[in-house]
Amino acid sequence: MSQQIQQRDGYSPLALDLLAKAKRGGATEADIIIADGETFSVQVRLGAVDRLTKAREKRLGLRVFVGKRSASTSTSDFSPDSLDQLVTETCTLAKAVVEDPVSGLPAADQMAGEVPDFDLYDPTRLNTEQQIELAKRVEAAAMSMDERVTNSEGGDFDSSSGRVVLGNSHGFLGEYQSSSFSMSVSPIATDPVTGAMQRDSWYDVRRKFAKLDSPEMVGLEAARRTVRKLGARKVATQRVPVVFDSETAGSLMGNLCGALSGYALYKGASFLAGQLDKPLAPEFVTVYDDGRVVGGLGSRPFDGEGLPTRKTTVVERGVLKSYLLDTYSGRKLGLASTGNASRSVGENPSVGPTNFYLEPGTKAAQDIIKTVKQGLYVTDLIGFGINMVTGDYSRGAAGFWIEGGELAYPVEEITIAGNLKDMFAGIEMIGSDLVFRGRIASPTVKITEMMVAGS
Amino acid sequence: MGDLVQLTSFGLTEGEVLGALGRVKVRDVDYADLYFESCVSESVSMEESLVKRATKSVSQGVGVRATAGEKTGFAYSDELTKKDLELAADTARYIANSPGGAHAVPVPVHQHPTRDLYPIDRARAEVATAERVSLLNAIDAEARRSDPRIKNVMASFNTEYKVVMVATSDGTLIGDVQPLSRLQVTCIAEENGQRQAGSFGGGGRVGFEFYYEGDRYLRFAREAAREAILNLSAVEAPAGVMPVVLGGGWPGILLHEAIGHGLEADFNRKKTSAFSNLLGKRVASDVCTIVDDGTLPGRRGSLNMDDEGTTTGRTMLIERGILRGYITDKLNARLMGIPLTGNGRRESYQSVVLPRMTNTFMLAGTSDPEEIIRSVDRGLYAVSFGGGQVDITNGKFVFSASEAYLIEGGKITRPVKGATLIGSGPEILTKVSMVGHDLKLDEGIGTCGKEGQSVPVGVGLPTIRIDEITVGGTQR
Repeated sequence: MSQQIQQRDGYSPLALDLLAKAKRGGATEADIIIADGETFSVQVRLGAVDRLTKAREKRLGLRVFVGKRSASTSTSDFSPDSLDQLVTETCTLAKAVVEDPVSGLPAADQMAGEVPDFDLYDPTRLNTEQQIELAKRVEAAAMSMDERVTNSEGGDFDSSSGRVVLGNSHGFLGEYQSSSFSMSVSPIATDPVTGAMQRDSWYDVRRKFAKLDSPEMVGLEAARRTVRKLGARKVATQRVPVVFDSETAGSLMGNLCGALSGYALYKGASFLAGQLDKPLAPEFVTVYDDGRVVGGLGSRPFDGEGLPTRKTTVVERGVLKSYLLDTYSGRKLGLASTGNASRSVGENPSVGPTNFYLEPGTKAAQDIIKTVKQGLYVTDLIGFGINMVTGDYSRGAAGFWIEGGELAYPVEEITIAGNLKDMFAGIEMIGSDLVFRGRIASPTVKITEMMVAGS
Repeated sequence: MGDLVQLTSFGLTEGEVLGALGRVKVRDVDYADLYFESCVSESVSMEESLVKRATKSVSQGVGVRATAGEKTGFAYSDELTKKDLELAADTARYIANSPGGAHAVPVPVHQHPTRDLYPIDRARAEVATAERVSLLNAIDAEARRSDPRIKNVMASFNTEYKVVMVATSDGTLIGDVQPLSRLQVTCIAEENGQRQAGSFGGGGRVGFEFYYEGDRYLRFAREAAREAILNLSAVEAPAGVMPVVLGGGWPGILLHEAIGHGLEADFNRKKTSAFSNLLGKRVASDVCTIVDDGTLPGRRGSLNMDDEGTTTGRTMLIERGILRGYITDKLNARLMGIPLTGNGRRESYQSVVLPRMTNTFMLAGTSDPEEIIRSVDRGLYAVSFGGGQVDITNGKFVFSASEAYLIEGGKITRPVKGATLIGSGPEILTKVSMVGHDLKLDEGIGTCGKEGQSVPVGVGLPTIRIDEITVGGTQR
């Protein structure tokens, strides 16, 4: 039944039908999200197909409010009986929790009035053989660059496309399609003298197939990143300037996102609580969250509650100007939503970035490294040593030792430690090399000083 | 496994399953299986003294897999009709380059696991929402009562009830019911404008009564509050190489990261692990004996059978310092010609099987835990950790302390702020010089991530002394 409706009119009739049923079941407000999509992924290892995965999936999430009480449910079973039961169960569940004075949908007049097209969907369909070929090419390129590349964890090609339908009892009903294509490879290099192995990887991901870097470019970069790690050693424990490459600097922006989440803030679980309109970083630091970038990996026409997305200046000339909020966390803080509701089907909305980035500076990464007499260039971070409540930061790192402005030798088995507040305040230089390979991106960043622990 | 699983619970007949298996097991396919899963998960959560969120999610589907040599073809579907099964079978067998058509597979013998490590029937696994709510309310009250500096309490109670059935081309049809639950408490303490968090939790393949045994839920609340309060007075952690004493239980995450992942067969077959070619060699001091054991009753990492239908077991990984074995799934055991250990696991029907740990722990030694602390002149005593991570290839691993103390002159002195510890997997256990007699398993909170798949795991450790490891603090 639902399958037939889907083929004729998409999921909108189903969404409207369930919203009406929720109302009849006692809901005063409700919203529904339906997502479906198909994914393909292939991994090639040492030139042969290692794993091929193909699937279609669909899922539906319902959130109801009974007065100020609410509950959420989800299912992959779209049979009419099962959905009727879901509606009943959701209303029952909502009645079992307590009232929450600020709960509820966004105000009706805030809903996105139009669904702009940010060019997020590419109808290109590659057949299985073409995708296998791309995975083979990216791995072959990585394996061919240097004879010290001896093994591989595989070359991958993934493609997916899907559709999201969101509707609520205010009468909002929006739908959009999106796609993504990605390619990656993880070569392994062996030190010809010691036999020690190192692995690294490189990747590209785009909404449009035609925008992907060539497999050869991705493979060569992966090999370059891997081979240069051979011979890595520890360094002595000391306090030095630290340069984060664009990948690891992106992770610092990710940490900033986490601390700016309305949920962490109202719970008192963020070191940035109460810091709005206060200086966070030097005046040459500006950070944006822009949900309307054409073709952006984090772009969407409306957020997880149906509010319009926007471009938010998060940090303006060093001053913290905005948190990232959805309706609920905004109300808890006495602020309006910033259109950052992120919604996975079946969960309550949470807060997530759209396209979140540090505005680039003018210096090339090499020129930033040149300013360091003795210090660390970080290319890898591992572990979870970040306390978001206090900002305390301690993570495993690898990269290169900088001597006299040059990368002298690779380093590993060290940690870098400090406090995120001090680290943002200590940003000394920003590179020009901003490239989006995800929703969060940053150029190279130099921080005045951190503690490096090694031998 | 309180209830016995039947194919009819997935609306399928044996004939339909056999038909799909025959369709996927074409000439060049070595092995094929169908994995049926239905899962109901429920969660209630509390903050600001209000239980204001409740969620429930239902999922059902089938994963169809074919392996041929090193190749794996995989497809999944959330529809369980004959047509969807056939479509998935055709996709999965694509890797084999063999002609299609119906092939004979042995008629599966319907089996049930030979033991029941988590005898909880559905009636007992389904807890009324009102009971979950009162559990969380009591936790909030207990944490706030324990210290007025506790300003917020966040707690959640999650349950999962998973029914699985595996049909294999080697003639097995076997099902299991796998309940799982977890209670998690986080407290925020505040004093003089300074805030700190503390967390504690636990659970397993247990019924709701587990949380009330010996007032376990109240202990979780007090422990989370205690850690938050303790961290208010924590000083900066030291930086550099020093001796570290790890407390029992959850610090066993060291074993999981430092050696466990490196001993998963897939990495060793591909020779991408720092442990490749070390079988029979010394990788730890002779006081270290480490096992992976999926057979402990009620434990979070335990399973009656793995996700390929293999009965789980206890695998000796390191015996008195010597590397003895890898943990395997069917594909890697076959390709490497080594024993099948019952460690083939997957997050759901949407994911492929990988060799994964169950409960990984070090056996008890003979040292007195207090004597171990007394043996350290200047170092760190770490009793609780957040997460960890490892780079399989170069063996470097990290894990981050969330509760730790300085040891000065053989005595535990001040609490220090969290710090990441970093070391090298194949080396770190050679630096273990003392192992306590106090083996403890963790409370049941571990979730392991690999290739984007999360599965529940357990760890355990007695008190141990590591002679030197790099501590990533901020103070010289």
